[in-house]
Amino acid sequence: MTVKLLYFAWVREKIGKAEEVLDLPAGIATVADLVAWLKELGPEYAEAFTRPGVVRAAIDRKHVQPASPIAGAREIALFPPVTGG
Amino acid sequence: MAVRVQRADFDIGAEVKRLTAGRTDIGAIVTFTGTVRADSAGSGVAAMTLEHYPGMTEQELARVEAEAAGRWPLQGSLIVHRVGTLRPGDNIVLVVTASAHRQAAFDAAAFLMDYLKTRAPFWKKELDANGRERWVEARESDDAAAERWGCVHD
Repeated sequence: MTVKLLYFAWVREKIGKAEEVLDLPAGIATVADLVAWLKELGPEYAEAFTRPGVVRAAIDRKHVQPASPIAGAREIALFPPVTGG
Repeated sequence: MAVRVQRADFDIGAEVKRLTAGRTDIGAIVTFTGTVRADSAGSGVAAMTLEHYPGMTEQELARVEAEAAGRWPLQGSLIVHRVGTLRPGDNIVLVVTASAHRQAAFDAAAFLMDYLKTRAPFWKKELDANGRERWVEARESDDAAAERWGCVHD
C-alpha cells in the first residue's frame, strides 16, 4: 500500500524531511510494524526511532496506538509526545 | 464555541467582549492565559518556537471543546493557540469559558487546558541564551492532570 508519512518536531529533524510518500511492503499491519520497518530504511530513521515507544502516531489526523491497524490509512503522522499549551 | 491557531498575538479583553456580545445569560467568565517563561531551560530561554500539525490541531482542539460542552453547561468557549517564534513574556494560549455559574466555567477551563496539553499536536523548541536549541519534553504531570478528568473517547 502507498501512504503519505508526515514527521514533526525532532522526528522530522532526525529523518531530515517533513513528509514523504512510501510504498509499504505486504505484512505491515500496525503502527508498530511500520515503525520497525522504517527503522531499517537508514541510519537517520534508526536514530529517529531509537527509543522504543517514545514516538506517537496519528492516522488520518486521529491519535492511534502502536497496535492500531494501518489498513486504509491515507496519511500517517509520527511525532514526539505533544508539548503545547 | 471556537478554536483558532494563529501566529498573531491575541487581545484577551477583545476576545471576551466578542464572546459575550449581546448575551445576558452568562454569569461567569473564566480566562486562562499561558505565557512564555524565561526560566524553563537551564541557561534561560531567549525564544521559543511552536510548530503544529495543521488540520489535526484544529480538529483535536474542537474535539476537546465539544467534550467540555458535553460535560458542563457552557454558554460559550474559545481556544486560541499561537504558533511560530515567541519570546519570554509573550502569550502562548488563551482559553475562555462562559457559563451561568462560576464552577462550570472554572472546571471547564481547567479541563480544556489539561486536555489540550496532552492531545493537541503542538511541539515547543526552546532557544537558550547561548544559542542552543532544545525540544521541550512532555511532562508526566501533564498526563496525570488530564487523567484526573477520566478518559476522552476517540
